[in-house]
Amino acid sequence: MDVSQYLEIFIEETKEHLQSLNSHILILEKEPENESTINEIFRAAHSLKGMSGTMGYTKMQHLTHVMENVFSEIRNGKMKATSELVDVLFKGLDILESYLAAIQADGTEGNLDSEDIINALNNILNTGLGVADPDSGPSKSLAGEITMVPPSENEKEKFRYLKLEEHEKKAIAKALSLDLNVIGLTIYIQEYCVLKGARAFMVNRTLEEHGEIIKLDPSAQDLEDEKYDFDYSAFLITKETPENIINYAMSVSEVKEVVADYIRLSKDELDTYLNAIKQEEALISSPKPAVEPGSLKAGGAAPARQTTKPIANRSVRVDIEKLDGLMNLVSELIIAKNSLVSSSSALHNQLDMTFFDQMEYLERVTTNLHESVMRVRMVPIENVVNRFPRMIRDLSKSLNKQMELYMTGEETELDRTVIDEIGDPLMHLLRNAADHGLESSEERIRLGKDPVGSIFLDAYQDGNNVVIEVRDDGAGINTEKIKKKAIDKGVITEEQVARMTDKDIIDILFMPSFSTSENVTDVSGRGVGLDVVKTKIEALGGDIEAKTKEGQGSNFIIRLPLTLAIIQALMVKISDEKYALPLGNIQTVENIFHKDIKKVNGKEVLNLRGDVIPIIRLGEILDCPNVEDREQVLVVVVKKGERYAGMVVDELIGQLEIVISSIGKYIKNHRIISGATILGNGEVALILDVNSLI
Amino acid sequence: MAEDNSKQYIEVRLGNDLYGIEIKYIDSIIVMHNITRVPKAQSYFLGVINLRGEVIPVMSLSRRLGVDENEFTSATRIIIIKPEPQSAPVGMIVDEVNEVITLDEADIQKMNYDENDSASAYSLGIGKLGDNLINILNIPEIAGKED
Repeated sequence: MDVSQYLEIFIEETKEHLQSLNSHILILEKEPENESTINEIFRAAHSLKGMSGTMGYTKMQHLTHVMENVFSEIRNGKMKATSELVDVLFKGLDILESYLAAIQADGTEGNLDSEDIINALNNILNTGLGVADPDSGPSKSLAGEITMVPPSENEKEKFRYLKLEEHEKKAIAKALSLDLNVIGLTIYIQEYCVLKGARAFMVNRTLEEHGEIIKLDPSAQDLEDEKYDFDYSAFLITKETPENIINYAMSVSEVKEVVADYIRLSKDELDTYLNAIKQEEALISSPKPAVEPGSLKAGGAAPARQTTKPIANRSVRVDIEKLDGLMNLVSELIIAKNSLVSSSSALHNQLDMTFFDQMEYLERVTTNLHESVMRVRMVPIENVVNRFPRMIRDLSKSLNKQMELYMTGEETELDRTVIDEIGDPLMHLLRNAADHGLESSEERIRLGKDPVGSIFLDAYQDGNNVVIEVRDDGAGINTEKIKKKAIDKGVITEEQVARMTDKDIIDILFMPSFSTSENVTDVSGRGVGLDVVKTKIEALGGDIEAKTKEGQGSNFIIRLPLTLAIIQALMVKISDEKYALPLGNIQTVENIFHKDIKKVNGKEVLNLRGDVIPIIRLGEILDCPNVEDREQVLVVVVKKGERYAGMVVDELIGQLEIVISSIGKYIKNHRIISGATILGNGEVALILDVNSLI
Repeated sequence: MAEDNSKQYIEVRLGNDLYGIEIKYIDSIIVMHNITRVPKAQSYFLGVINLRGEVIPVMSLSRRLGVDENEFTSATRIIIIKPEPQSAPVGMIVDEVNEVITLDEADIQKMNYDENDSASAYSLGIGKLGDNLINILNIPEIAGKED
């Protein structure tokens, strides 16, 4: 079978499974008894094995197979997810990831050897099983499992290893009490079968003609989604014998083999469940007959599923380019609408009211349309940050420091293009926090801190921005150290330092080729650092700021724009030029007498209701011609983080929804202008980057 | 058709001098547009224009080459240039666009400029067409780097 057309899906899904494995194994390490986590891990590993097998990636298949065995032992309670075991598992995952990277690059797995890991896993399997204490395992569930022929008798009868839920056992007990047969069976589908989902459905339908399926493994949904290898198991309540059931099932084409046998419960269990059933029946006046062939759909095990399987995702994968195309059309529509508005306002007297009503309606629709398209492009930040817990764990081991990562706001959404780019800068900041920020455990104990360092990653929305904070409770940034280093490196002179505030000094960190770490480690400290982070974030239209308190930790605050293409802006006039100020930055607009602007240290400031804010004369900064002094000035108060500034403008034009166009890369203008927009009358107005001005 | 060694150029005028721009760089030639000034830009960039819904930076070719600048007249044109087929367009203002000419490589004389002269980088040589001398422009160098 030619599988190349599925390669893309395979890569996507493998990524998801690997991510799921990473995060769940991490949980497992902390909560070894968490059953749903183990099941989730097992399912992901199993799908991974199946998928890589189907695609012909044998190395991947082999490795996942061994890992699956380990998971299976953990699931059966025969092994514990110790830190050492988790280490090996993570190494396995890393190898899988490099296989995937190779597949992504050239379609082959590459020749990376996984023999070591496989051996290590096998060793753990052998020794782990040998020392496992039979009493400590979940003996209840083992004994509760079907008691009959020793399992070794027939490897093919996989149904024997299935674990039954309480209510399923009840159903079995009830059926047995009604003299019905409970049959376990494992169905093998031909390996060349193309539509195995449909095939499983047909088999199940045939079986249901003769009884009721009370359990399917994998679940009916997974079977339908083809999330199984080539065999699956079912429990059936029927009047027929196993031989007949095998015959019925084999009558469906493309079924390779079916094995089946009676299922019995131990006497004790039978009694327990029968008593339980009786009690329930006494409580509920309308008992549901356990046996009623065809009464349940193929997903007879539905109640069991709801605990483990999340509601199926009703989503469509769309190429980002198609969304970009859609976005462009919306942009053009808004430009067209703006020009309609501006030309209609010229004809104000000749048009009747209905025209303007319709115009308003059109404006509302285009705004909503834009928002919807924007929302489609939004992805929760979770997609990026979910790999960080694993990273911190690895760092904790390699740096030999104890640390814990706390994340909040993973559901905060950002534009897809931003999400794709933000991962590396965040990773860099986290590594910095782990390596330079946090002290060693001994040091922390000496300082009276919790020996386990904390790193926080908080994401939240703030107006038109999304803010991501990377915080640690470590030593903080030593400003003296920066000063010394900066002077040594010739970044600044001693005179300059004398005039700098602590904040200015911390900003030196973001200058190119500046690293304060005295010993270069594996993790960070090679001199390419925060400046790269800053450049990247600025390229995304955002900015970054650092705060620190010596001895208490540091905080890096990243601010990113929510939308990239269309924004609400306040149009202003400065002398006779029009500029757009992003509305998200604007706090208020004030009408101020010129005499209220005072000079402090040669800088103009304004005392605005108790807050002293700096005044920025846009006309001067932008070299506008004909700047005139007036008695009264308009001041647009803008906010960046916790800092405010007042921008002096000459005239307010009004609020406008603008489409951001780039002014190209030929013009270099120190980032004062973040872009341009085409107004309704065809004029181009520039968009001011408020963040760079404050 | 042109022979192997000949290329087509657009002959433009700045003041009294003639310049040649190889035709492969030219996207379109448009009449003067309203230019929105971009503050703090390089001095030769006059600003940006709206060309059919696209925002395009525009430079004064005279200022870029360091020759005297003339007032805009009805003959003034903006030549929209793409230094590379994939790169973003940039506009260059010229006093007049004359005609399309064909020059053989043999007709273009390489100039021995002083290496330190920045103007040397902008010229690929002098072409001879009848009595006229035409300065063949090094367009990618003039447009500047796109980064």
